Amino acid sequence: MALRIRAAQRDVIYQHAARDYPSECCGVLLGTADGESKQVAEVVALKNLRHDPRHAQELLPVDDPARETERNRFLIDPLEQLRVEKDARARRWEVLGYYHSHPDHPARPSVYDREHAWPWYSYVIVSVEGGIAKDWTCWVLAEDGGMFNPEPIEVIE
Amino acid sequence: MAVKIMIPTPLRQYVGKQDQVEVEAKTVAEALSKLASEYSELRRHLYNQEGKLRSFVNVYLGDEDIRFLQKEQTPVNDNDVLSIVPSIAGGAAQ
Repeated sequence: MALRIRAAQRDVIYQHAARDYPSECCGVLLGTADGESKQVAEVVALKNLRHDPRHAQELLPVDDPARETERNRFLIDPLEQLRVEKDARARRWEVLGYYHSHPDHPARPSVYDREHAWPWYSYVIVSVEGGIAKDWTCWVLAEDGGMFNPEPIEVIE
Repeated sequence: MAVKIMIPTPLRQYVGKQDQVEVEAKTVAEALSKLASEYSELRRHLYNQEGKLRSFVNVYLGDEDIRFLQKEQTPVNDNDVLSIVPSIAGGAAQ
């Protein structure tokens, strides 16, 4: 499936990624899927719970909290996620996927990204270099969960 | 007692594309176990090899995280809503 997204929505993601630099940002993509493509209706910025290490560690511990921080990790608050999902259902939208930034790293999924990915969701990654969003890519976990496959992004001007 | 379990989009493919499933159960553990028995392909996404709920899986009873209630032994009542909320995490390589 391709991810269809408006240029203005891409700008929202890029601006969020630049604003939160040098930390990682994250957010959710809501919309509709018809089997051939996922059409983004709304982009919602969410907070990166790794800014609150104690709470984040309770929900999904990292191996090395001193080195794995909001600079190179993100975690979405499941309660915030639950509320967004309820709101989406009420509007007959689905959660299509999520975006996050890689500050001063390429827009390619890390092993950690893959280990934490779920099937079907689109994972958009934005590369931010020196505070400027430079590039983005989108990925979907393969059926067997072993690797990420690139998903085409169609930008609608 | 029927409990409603809300299924997130990535897991709907394993439950006949439904967005919610109802099961009869008295605890969260029983509800999830019945769900996984009925839809066996779902099992590996919910439980690890030791048969424990995976750490990537959050379960909410209404707006409460069951971790902060009685975990899987949390009792459930008729018309309660359980939500399976997948952990969304990631980050750049170090």
